[in-house]
Amino acid sequence: MALAMHMSDGLVSPQTALVFGVIAAIGLAIAASRARSDLDDRTAPMAGLVTAFVFAVQMINFPILPGASGHLLGGAIVAILVGPWVGSICIAIVLVVQALLFADGGLTALGTSIVNMAFLGVFTAYGVALVLRRFARRSRAGLLVTAFVAALLNVVVASLGFVLQYAVGGAGEVGLGTVFALMVGLHTLIGVGEGVITAATIGAVAATRPDLVYLLRGSRPPVEVRGRRTEGAPS
Amino acid sequence: MTSPTRDRRATTFFLGFLVVALLVAGGLSYFASGDPDGLDTVTLTGCQLDDEGEPLSGSCIANSAEDHALADSPFADYAVGGGEGTVGIAGVVGVLVTLAVAGGLFWVLRRRDPQ
Repeated sequence: MALAMHMSDGLVSPQTALVFGVIAAIGLAIAASRARSDLDDRTAPMAGLVTAFVFAVQMINFPILPGASGHLLGGAIVAILVGPWVGSICIAIVLVVQALLFADGGLTALGTSIVNMAFLGVFTAYGVALVLRRFARRSRAGLLVTAFVAALLNVVVASLGFVLQYAVGGAGEVGLGTVFALMVGLHTLIGVGEGVITAATIGAVAATRPDLVYLLRGSRPPVEVRGRRTEGAPS
Repeated sequence: MTSPTRDRRATTFFLGFLVVALLVAGGLSYFASGDPDGLDTVTLTGCQLDDEGEPLSGSCIANSAEDHALADSPFADYAVGGGEGTVGIAGVVGVLVTLAVAGGLFWVLRRRDPQ
């Protein structure tokens, strides 16, 4: 059984891996400085748990076609629950733990994977969630649909990141058009699965602790939550 | 101020979230599909595969893949020492390590409210 889920070393040229490694490092430095304002005594443990949850759910490959499976990337879960800056760090931590502890995802490929899933995926999901935020705040159905669409597009755009990297410095003779069509086709199917899992996750958290859902902050809070929000509001 | 009741409710929620993550990584992982994922399906396209799912012949992107630098590490491939049926243990270890790393980092980065 092969549980490898992420890019191996050697799929793109060393120069390409290096360029994306630098982009990932700069992105993470910016994310770390921006994340601070979203982290407090309550949201910091939440972000830690969300990261552990994404690690767990990434292990669950679900069948999409005969002989092919998919697994969660988690971009929409983190974007909606803890926001894009904290969320991109969550996904990057998952990728680093997988590469260092479980030999899943090449070490030189970490930059490409972080750019694809932690940045392209998370920020696509957050963009979708922002566009649909009014809808998401109005009803439970709206929130679930927002989570589904954000998750679906997060997977597809993350897969396009690989296509871009393959176009820039890919190894092998497989045509770019083939890679593009297969990546987008398969990841649209995976995105449907990710959408369902994401909607279920967001729905469960919103049902018990809506105050811990980043996207819902400041919307129709219960009285006791309003008191806390004022206290914890960014100065 | 944060009331003891609210603290307890938050702790209960966080513990519940952790239990779900542990159950998924430690139990549900046994039921995960062993078929190649979306990316692997693409990188293996064009190759015939051997019984282990490694490219045997043909021309595919995965031919360029290099062995993982840490392929011999104790938890490589989500198994404990390469043992069969240990994916759940590896999963639980992964959840706890991820929680420690992420929780620790976010706790250090957090904004301290003036007392």
